[in-house]
Amino acid sequence: MIGLEHYLTVAAALFVIGIFGIFLNRRNVIVILMSVELMLLAVNINLVAFSAYLNDLVGQIFTLFVLTVAAAEAAIGLAILVCFHRNRGTIAVKAINLLKG
Amino acid sequence: MSVVDIAFYCFAGVTLISGLFVVLSRNPVHSVLWLITAFLSSACLFILLGAELLAMLLVIVYVGAVAVLFLFVVMMLDVDFTELKSEFVRYLPVAALIGVVFLIQLGMVYAVWEPAQNAANLRAAVISDAEAHNTAHLGTLIYDDYLHLFQAAGLILLVAMIGAIVLTLRHRTDVKRQDILKQIYRDPAKAMELKDVKPGQGL
Repeated sequence: MIGLEHYLTVAAALFVIGIFGIFLNRRNVIVILMSVELMLLAVNINLVAFSAYLNDLVGQIFTLFVLTVAAAEAAIGLAILVCFHRNRGTIAVKAINLLKG
Repeated sequence: MSVVDIAFYCFAGVTLISGLFVVLSRNPVHSVLWLITAFLSSACLFILLGAELLAMLLVIVYVGAVAVLFLFVVMMLDVDFTELKSEFVRYLPVAALIGVVFLIQLGMVYAVWEPAQNAANLRAAVISDAEAHNTAHLGTLIYDDYLHLFQAAGLILLVAMIGAIVLTLRHRTDVKRQDILKQIYRDPAKAMELKDVKPGQGL
């Protein structure tokens, strides 16, 4: 069986890729949302790996709830994005400044 | 190296490479397709770990719903993505710096990481019967111990659904619509008038 550290390394690398993506695509909200999904996926890999190696199923149940919240977040985020694009005609993060004092 | 090892390294490599292409590709449609690849290969990693239910959930929920939602939104919005990518190079050094810093931090944790002394005693749901299915175990656990959290998860999904509908629904005034109440309350006696037209006179 593959060591736990291998899975943790994959998850850590995926998490860093997600952070990298957020800072790299600072103008494009869609890719930022996708990067957040990647980071949540990394967290899920961590949880499932620990669950499998400790022989404890609670980690997988937690992953189930993370999946649920991630799906809800993606749906709401994309709905806000569609709404925003209808009002401003762009999805650039720079244009989200209506609340700026 | 056994077959499982080779499979692990293949799927891990595919996950990381497709994750990298998600953030690097110039076309957001390609990003979504790479995201689907990342989800599929990490579902395979879950299968290698023995979490079949979660692997299938990942395929159904993420690939089947979330990624397709992303694809719809990317194709529906009329956005000039080349314009959004124009300052790509400007952000690259900062992004690389933050990524490297995070990687070093995680590497430092990796070097000194060790499990807690009583980790084995803190386990809440130990799988005793190794022969039983992962799905059956999870089902028992969810419906016995985590029922309220499961219901709350359903509520979250309901709220998300209603929220998404409320956010995206718009009432357009410039189109003709069917007004059902108006049709129901229509009175035939008032809607039509009979006139007795005399021959040769007209109205």
